[in-house]
Amino acid sequence: MPALSEERRLPIDSEGDIITARQIGREMASRLGFSMSDLTLIATAISEVTRNIVDHAGRGEIDLRVCENGKLQGICIAAHDDGPGIEDVELAMQDGYSSRDGLGLGLPGSRRIMDEFVIESERGKGTNIVMKKWKP
Amino acid sequence: MRVPILKQENFLIASVQSALSDVEWERLRDDLADQVGRHRSYGVIVDISALDVLDSFATRTLRSIAYILSLRGAKTVVVGMQPDVAYSMVRLGLSLEHIETGLDLEDGLMILRESLKGGAGPV
Repeated sequence: MPALSEERRLPIDSEGDIITARQIGREMASRLGFSMSDLTLIATAISEVTRNIVDHAGRGEIDLRVCENGKLQGICIAAHDDGPGIEDVELAMQDGYSSRDGLGLGLPGSRRIMDEFVIESERGKGTNIVMKKWKP
Repeated sequence: MRVPILKQENFLIASVQSALSDVEWERLRDDLADQVGRHRSYGVIVDISALDVLDSFATRTLRSIAYILSLRGAKTVVVGMQPDVAYSMVRLGLSLEHIETGLDLEDGLMILRESLKGGAGPV
């Protein structure tokens, strides 16, 4: 069982950091005892929010830590950037919407596969995403 | 790392051996588009059994690989998807529609051989 204080802050500067972020997140979740399929879901969600940073802001950071809620233990992933922000967050979170790739399932898909997902963004003020997955 | 592409019969086999960055995915796409022409290949197998994550970018690139190769006269079969990756794609809402898939390399070769036998020629 990892220490509750376990926390990793990863600078995200290029698309190569996407792979690093999801591997470190997977390892942390693995030490928490998540199932193989949950590990894949967590790694995929980390990949999507990290790519969002690279594509829209160019740089930012990902914060990975073990979190607790009562008896529950889980992984908490915070993505932060100071990029241009998202004008209409509700619109961006709809399936199929994307300002870049025409598939647009990255962020809405991540919201579906995590237990908690909060996105805050404002034009000119960057984007913050916090998502959590609790171990069943 | 560049994905190795092997020629077997009239086919090409691309074995993805570790997680690919976006740039590496795009290089695979361009390499395959180039090599199906150079080797006059009728089919391409992309083996993704080593991948533990297939996110929206990778899925989209696989779809564009299959489409581009079909425009170049070759059929694409994606093989080796891990069960957890398949589950994750379903949960995320990602799809490989219009792309043929097989369990493993052997299955992929069988699919390509069968499709050639049809008499309709390539694709």
